[in-house]
Amino acid sequence: MAKIERPLSPHLQIYKPQITMVTSITHRATGIALGVGTLLLAWWLIAVATGPEAYATVSAFMTSWLGQIVLFGFTWSLFYHLCNGIRHLFWDMGQGFELPTMRKSGMAAIIASVVLTLLTWIIAYAMGA
Amino acid sequence: MGMRAPLKNVRGLGSAKEGTTHWWHQKVTALALIPLFLVALGCLISLVGADYTHVRYVLGQPFISIVMLLLIVAMFYHLKLGMQVVIEDYIHTESTKVFLLLLNSFFCVIVGFVAALAILKLALGG
Repeated sequence: MAKIERPLSPHLQIYKPQITMVTSITHRATGIALGVGTLLLAWWLIAVATGPEAYATVSAFMTSWLGQIVLFGFTWSLFYHLCNGIRHLFWDMGQGFELPTMRKSGMAAIIASVVLTLLTWIIAYAMGA
Repeated sequence: MGMRAPLKNVRGLGSAKEGTTHWWHQKVTALALIPLFLVALGCLISLVGADYTHVRYVLGQPFISIVMLLLIVAMFYHLKLGMQVVIEDYIHTESTKVFLLLLNSFFCVIVGFVAALAILKLALGG
């Protein structure tokens, strides 16, 4: 059978990124990242339940530069997924579907996630110091 | 004219016999996770730099144990539902899709149970 060149709808890379699509795909990406991150939470909980040596191992990882980067990413993913998730809950109630509102709430979710992440880390470092 | 009996429309469950259950559970767990996450995060931040004995003591407190347990249940159920949708949306090869869906279910149940067991051990002083 001859291969027919069918018309294709524009691919993703053709579109100029818009706040609506960026917030949507980031919600999924952070969801997946958080899913992987649950392993870290489980490891930490098992270590606490196991004993001081296991806890020292997990603490050493979490306070290492790699651990700190992972935890920082984890914190931001959590706050982003939380803030954007609240947008989703409003949409589910039929609220905030107008485009200007959607753009504003999207920007608000991004800014809030960054601010809350930085605030959490400032408090955490102040506590730890 | 359709061949459907009116009962089919009344039940409104569609071919999967689940209707909006999956979506609804995603939303209920999402709502539950908001306060649970905030309390758990506050607890975790308070433990930054604390020694082992103190961490163990705090996680063993009834209020914290309950919050952590509820968080784990809601979180892994929410994760299972969410990852399932992602897999169904992006993986179109049937065998790979089924494999990943099973992997997702097993991951959430196993990691969730392990985390819950750790909390229970701390709470019950085992």
